[in-house]
Amino acid sequence: MISSTALYGLCAAGLVAIGLYGLVLHPTPLRKVIAFNLLGSGTFIFFGVAARRGAAAGLLADPVPQAMVITGIVVAFAATAVAVALLLRLAESGGSTLDPGAPDPQDDRPS
Amino acid sequence: MNVLVDAFTIASVSAGMFFFLAGTVGLLRFPDTLTRLHALTKADNLGFGLIVLGLLPQSPDVASGVKLVVVWLLVQLAGASASQLIAQFASKGGPPA
Amino acid sequence: MSLLPDFALVLFLLMAAVWTVAARDRRDSVIGFIVVGLLLSLAWIRLNSVDVALTEAAVGGGATGLLLLRACARLGPIETEGAHPQLPLRILTGVLCAVVAAALATIVLFPIEPAPTLAPAAAAHMSELGLGNPVTVVLLAYRAIDTLLEKVVLVLALIGVWALTPDLLWGGAPGSLRAQQSSGPLTFLAQVLPPVGIVIGVYLIWNGADRPGGTFQGGTVLAAMWLLVMMADLREPPEIRLHKLRQLVVFGPVVFLVAGFAGFWIANGFLSYPPDFAKPIIVLVEAALALSIAVILGMLVAGPAARAPR
Repeated sequence: MISSTALYGLCAAGLVAIGLYGLVLHPTPLRKVIAFNLLGSGTFIFFGVAARRGAAAGLLADPVPQAMVITGIVVAFAATAVAVALLLRLAESGGSTLDPGAPDPQDDRPS
Repeated sequence: MNVLVDAFTIASVSAGMFFFLAGTVGLLRFPDTLTRLHALTKADNLGFGLIVLGLLPQSPDVASGVKLVVVWLLVQLAGASASQLIAQFASKGGPPA
Repeated sequence: MSLLPDFALVLFLLMAAVWTVAARDRRDSVIGFIVVGLLLSLAWIRLNSVDVALTEAAVGGGATGLLLLRACARLGPIETEGAHPQLPLRILTGVLCAVVAAALATIVLFPIEPAPTLAPAAAAHMSELGLGNPVTVVLLAYRAIDTLLEKVVLVLALIGVWALTPDLLWGGAPGSLRAQQSSGPLTFLAQVLPPVGIVIGVYLIWNGADRPGGTFQGGTVLAAMWLLVMMADLREPPEIRLHKLRQLVVFGPVVFLVAGFAGFWIANGFLSYPPDFAKPIIVLVEAALALSIAVILGMLVAGPAARAPR
């Protein structure tokens, strides 16, 4: 019978593979960013498996990988924000991916 | 006494699960957005309420019980607001083409 | 039998991930990603990492989801340019990804025994610091330098986003976050929820010392309340040239740095705390960090300036 940590480890491997596939094959940048986040989530779950396996000394899971993942999630969010800002700016300046009918980002409605 | 409390918890949580199941079936089977929302919000609020009700006697102290009720109220508020927003969006013609 | 919920969860997770990658529409993909984020936080609970589950739900699913949804709305309806790859290339990539997955699965199925762990080392000194949450102890005491650098990364990311402002608009406010049509229920929610949300955010920060919770989770809840108010159009995003905004952004890292340097003469060196005052210092640093995190996350979602300064 498979253990629960091994099960989540397999899930992490699946997430990494799915994310990698999307990252390599999607032609559009936003989809690449999403796929990259999936890949990252899979990697984080590996840390979770390591933490769960490292339960000792009365702790339910090893706190060190947990702390690293918390840091990692926040840094991944920051990187995603920069990537999204970059691709929006690219679309605005190139004009190729921005819909002309979309609400104008440069609106200055008086408040 | 403990047996009675446990029996109450099991009955209430099971009833809650039934409402969740019914809501999910409604979400999948109903024909349009508004009826789906109806199934989802009605059944889920009631189902979640029953689960919280069933868990209340199991909470170790009053503070945990109050937290459970607060969680239920927050889910009610969020669910009601979100389905209102979806319904408004749907009644104005759905997502932009 | 006891593994049944885990099997179901893993199955749903993988299905949602496949949907995220395979969906034709960009918005569907983002919604799939949010679903993955929420399921992941359940998986973290099953892995006994409640702190991470809270972070994943707040940051991974919530804040990232909002950021991506906003990007969807600002890009065109369907991004069609860029040829879809040919079938042979897709098969080749699929095979390569399967090989990667198989290699990772092998590592998981034949792990090192006994499992390496730092838990006893982490538990050994917890009582000296007076904190009950081992994850907070690692984040703010043992590996405080990592947490400090991460705060610097957040500030740098915000500078990076702001740097994408067109020259003419520099110093102005980010584009409005409001919905296209104003909506009664949203305004109502934005008026009712923030007081409750702020209490919950502060509770998470305060609770983080001894139980699951902490700076990131609480700070993200605070940021979410601010974003909700901006989306309901009750407040506009602030202009990025405002000194008060910039001071709030660096406030947390500066307090952390000051506490770190103070360690040189009140304790054993950089970022070390005197044993008797460890807890008050850590709680103070956490409170300052949470405030800055809330402001930084909110401004990261709002994006670069899109309006000329008034």
